Amino acid sequence: MSDAPGRGGVSTADGLVLRCEGVSRSFGGVAALGGVDLTVNRDEIVALVGPNGSGKTTLVNAITGFFPPQRGRIVFDGTDITGWRPHRVARSGIARTFQNLALFRGMSVLDNILLGRHVHMRPGALSTACYWWWARRQEVAHRRVVEEVVDFMQLEAVRNEPVEVIPLGLQKCVELARALVADPKLLILDEPMTGMNQEEKEYMARFVLDAHAERRLPVLMIEHHLDVVTGISNRIVVLYHGEKIAEGAPQDVVRDPRVVSAYLGGVGRDAA
Amino acid sequence: MRHESETARAGGVAVVPESATLGELLLDNARRVPRAVALREKDLGIWQEYTWRAYLDEVLALAAGLEALGFSEGDALIVLGDNRPRLYFGMLAASVLRGVPVPVFPDAIPDEVRHIVAGCEARFALAEDQEQIDKLLDLRKRTGHLEVLVYDDPRGLGAYPDSGLLAYAAVRARGVERLGVEPELRDALLGRARPGDPAVLLHSSGTTGAPKGIMLAHRQLLAAVRNARACRYFEEGEEIVAYLPMAWVGDFVFSVAAAIALGFTVNIPERQETVLENLQEIAPTLYFAPPRSWDQMLTQVQVRMEEAPFLKRWLYHRLVPVAVEIERARMEGRPASVGRRLLRALGEPVMYGPLKDYLGLSRVRRAYTGGEAVGEDTFLFFRGLGVNLKQIYGQTENSALTSLQGDDEVRLHTVGRPLLGVEVRISDAGEILLRSESLFEGYRNNPEATAKALRDGWFHTGDAGYLDPDGQLVILGRVEEMVQTRGGQRFVAQYVENRLKFSPFIREAAVLGAGRAHLAAMVCIDFDAVGHWAEVRGIPYTSYADLSQKPDVYRLIGDHVRHVNHLLSPELAIRRFVNLHKEFDPDDGELTRTRKLRRQVIEERYGPIIEALYDGQPAVDVEARITYETGETGTIRRRLTLEDVA
Repeated sequence: MSDAPGRGGVSTADGLVLRCEGVSRSFGGVAALGGVDLTVNRDEIVALVGPNGSGKTTLVNAITGFFPPQRGRIVFDGTDITGWRPHRVARSGIARTFQNLALFRGMSVLDNILLGRHVHMRPGALSTACYWWWARRQEVAHRRVVEEVVDFMQLEAVRNEPVEVIPLGLQKCVELARALVADPKLLILDEPMTGMNQEEKEYMARFVLDAHAERRLPVLMIEHHLDVVTGISNRIVVLYHGEKIAEGAPQDVVRDPRVVSAYLGGVGRDAA
Repeated sequence: MRHESETARAGGVAVVPESATLGELLLDNARRVPRAVALREKDLGIWQEYTWRAYLDEVLALAAGLEALGFSEGDALIVLGDNRPRLYFGMLAASVLRGVPVPVFPDAIPDEVRHIVAGCEARFALAEDQEQIDKLLDLRKRTGHLEVLVYDDPRGLGAYPDSGLLAYAAVRARGVERLGVEPELRDALLGRARPGDPAVLLHSSGTTGAPKGIMLAHRQLLAAVRNARACRYFEEGEEIVAYLPMAWVGDFVFSVAAAIALGFTVNIPERQETVLENLQEIAPTLYFAPPRSWDQMLTQVQVRMEEAPFLKRWLYHRLVPVAVEIERARMEGRPASVGRRLLRALGEPVMYGPLKDYLGLSRVRRAYTGGEAVGEDTFLFFRGLGVNLKQIYGQTENSALTSLQGDDEVRLHTVGRPLLGVEVRISDAGEILLRSESLFEGYRNNPEATAKALRDGWFHTGDAGYLDPDGQLVILGRVEEMVQTRGGQRFVAQYVENRLKFSPFIREAAVLGAGRAHLAAMVCIDFDAVGHWAEVRGIPYTSYADLSQKPDVYRLIGDHVRHVNHLLSPELAIRRFVNLHKEFDPDDGELTRTRKLRRQVIEERYGPIIEALYDGQPAVDVEARITYETGETGTIRRRLTLEDVA
C-alpha cells in the first residue's frame, strides 16, 4: 500500500467537500453524538474509527439524512443539507454503503448495481411510451456506466447471479459498485471490510484506493479495525462515546495514548 | 508466396506456405478477407470484434510505436498477463521488428520470471494490468533490466512515478503518428522479418531444474500447422476460444500461428473466471483442454445432475450409460445392439444435445486433450455424448504438434499416429525420438542441454514409449522416471499415478518404490468430489486435511487403489498409501505450472511420511510448510493415517 497514489493530501479551504459543525444526536436519554466536527477534502480518504457504539454510524446517518442531527450543521459541496431527507441527500451527490448489507435479494448483481443509477434516471411514463428510442438510448448509456464499474470491481463472473448466492465479500463489492455508478461527489463506506478474509480485505482496499485516485472521489470510510485504515487513509478521525478524541495523520493517531486507551480500555495489549 | 497461397485458397484448400512469416500471412488475410472477424473479446459485457484489417493495423501501429521507443532486432519483449487481444498484437509487433516475444505464465513465481528476464536481458515488457506491472517493477529493481514497461489496462497506474511506464494506447498512438508521416514505413515493417526469424521464445515447464528457453521460428511453427492441417487436425475458419495460458506453446500455435495461417476466429473470454460461461456463448468448433479440464467438466455435470429434478436425473442415469457403452463397444470393435442405438438416437434431443449445449460443445467438430493421460470415464463420457474427443501428443520443442489420433483410430491408451511430416523412432533405451521441420534448433544459451536433446538431427523427447503394431504411439512416462524396485521390477511411477488419478476422488498422487521392496502411494484427494461424496453420506468434516483423514474416505480411496492393483502386475501392486493433508501446489514448488510432479521436492518435503510408509508404522505426525497467496509462509501440524492395502 505504500505506493498508494494520492496520499498525504493537505487540507485546503477551497478543497472542502463536507463540513460537519457540532453535530449532536441523542436517542432518548442516550447521547450518541455530542457536538462532533468533521471535514472531508476533495483529495482525501478520511477514516472514521472508534470502538463499537462510539457514534460512527450515527454520524454517517446524520449526514445522509437517516437520523438528522438535533444540533449542528452539515454543509456538503457548499450547500447546507442539514435535515434533508435521504433521497435528496443521495441526489445531491453522496453515495454510501451499509454496514449490514442492504442489497435486493432475488435480483441479479447487475440489476442491483443498475439501481444505483436511479438518481440519474428521469423516465416519465409519457416520454418512455412515446419516445421509446430515447428511453432505450438512456438505458444503454446507464448500462454502459454499470458495465464499466463491473469491470472496475471485477464482478464479471457473477454479473448474472442472484445477489444472495454470491459470497459475502463479493456482496460488499456489489454494494460499493452500486454506490460508484451513482457518480457521487462523496463516497461514504460503512465498514466495507467486515467479515472479509485477508485477501478480500486487500482487494477491497485496492478498490477503494483506485476509486479515490481514478475517479477523484473523496471517501469517508468507517472502519472498526485500525490496521485496515492506517494503510489507505490520509487522515483518521477517532470517535469515542460520541466525541472526537483524536484527529490527524494515521501514524500519529495510532500512537495517541487516548486512542490506545479508548481501544484497549487502558490494558495496553493486543492492538485492535 | 502470396500469389501461391491465394490460388490455392481459391481452390478451397489452404496450403500453408513453406516459407513465410506470420506478419506476411496476416497481411495476406487483411487483403483477402479484410472484414472477416479475426478476434473477439468480451468487454463491458459485449463481444467486441477485430477484423483482419484492424488486426494488421494494430500490429503495425504497435510495431512502429515500439520501434520509436528503441525496440529493435533481437530485443526481447516480455509478455505478462492473461489472454488479451493487445498482448497478442504485442507479440506479433515484436516479431515484425525481428525481436522476440517472450510470454510468461502470469502465475509464475518471481524467481522463475527473474530467470527468464535475466536470461534474455529483456529491455521491454508488455503487461496486462497493474498487478503485472507491480511484478515487473519489482523485477526491474532486482535485475536492472526492463527499461520500458507497456500496460494494457491503465487502471490504478495513473499516479505511478516510475520512469519508462507507458500505456499501450500511447505507444500505439505514437506508431499511428509515425505511419501517418512516413508512408513507406508500413511496407518496410512488413518486409523485415524472415521465415527463419524467431516468432516466439517459450520456456519448458521445468520438471527438472530451471526452465529452458525454446525459440521457435516462423518457419517451424508454420511447418507444424502445415503438418497438422495435412492430417485434418483443424481446418480453415475454425472458431476457437483462447483461454489457456499465453506462455503455453499450444496457445501460440492455435491462437496465433494456426489462427493466422488458416483464418480462425479467436475468441477471448472476459476474465479467467468467466471462461465456462463464455465458452457456452461462443460454442467453438475446435476445442483443446487438458485432461483435468475435461475431468472438471464431467464432475460439474455429475454434481449438477445430483441436484437436478427427478425426471432429469432419471434420464441422465438411464441414457448416459447407454452412450458410454456404445462408445466402449465401438472402441473395442464390437457392434452395438439395435436397441441401444435407438436409445442413443432418442437420447440426442433430450439429454446428449442439451448437455453439449450446456458445456459449450454443441458445435465442436474436433476436441482434443493431451499433456497427460486421460481417464477412461471422462474420455468415454464425452465421446459418448458425441463430442469427437481425441488424444494428441506434442512438446514445446516440436511446436506442440507431434501425433494425433485418427477419427477411426481412437483408443484410450494411445496418442495416435505421428503427423505427416513428423518422423518418430524409438531408441534402444525405449525413448521416443523425433525429426520434423517443426522442430526447434536448440535451447537458448544452453549448449549442454541442446547437445543432450538434439543428437544426429533427432530430438530426444525424454519420454518413454513404443509404437504399437498399428503404428500408434503409446506413452509410458518420462525416461528418467523409469525406475526399478529393489527386486529389479522396472516401472514408471507416472503411469501408475495416472491410473490412480482416473478416479474422480483422487486429484494428485505420487507413487514411490524406486529401490524399495514394493510400491507405495501418497494421495491427494479431490476436495470437491470427496467433499460431495461425504456430504451425501452425512460425514461431517471441517477442512481438506480433516476430510482426508476420515476412515470412510480411506476406505473409498483404498477401493480404488485395489482396483488399480488389479490392473497392474502383482509385483507392482501398491501395498500402502497415505492421504495427504494438503494438495500438491505449484506455489509450494511441488508441481510445475502445468501441474506435473516435481518428485525431488516432494520426496524431500514428505521424507518422514515416505519413511513411515516403508517402516510399517500405522500413523505419522507431520509438520508442513505452506505458502499463502500473499507470499507469507506458515506451518500446519497433523497426524496422518497410513493404510495397508490387502
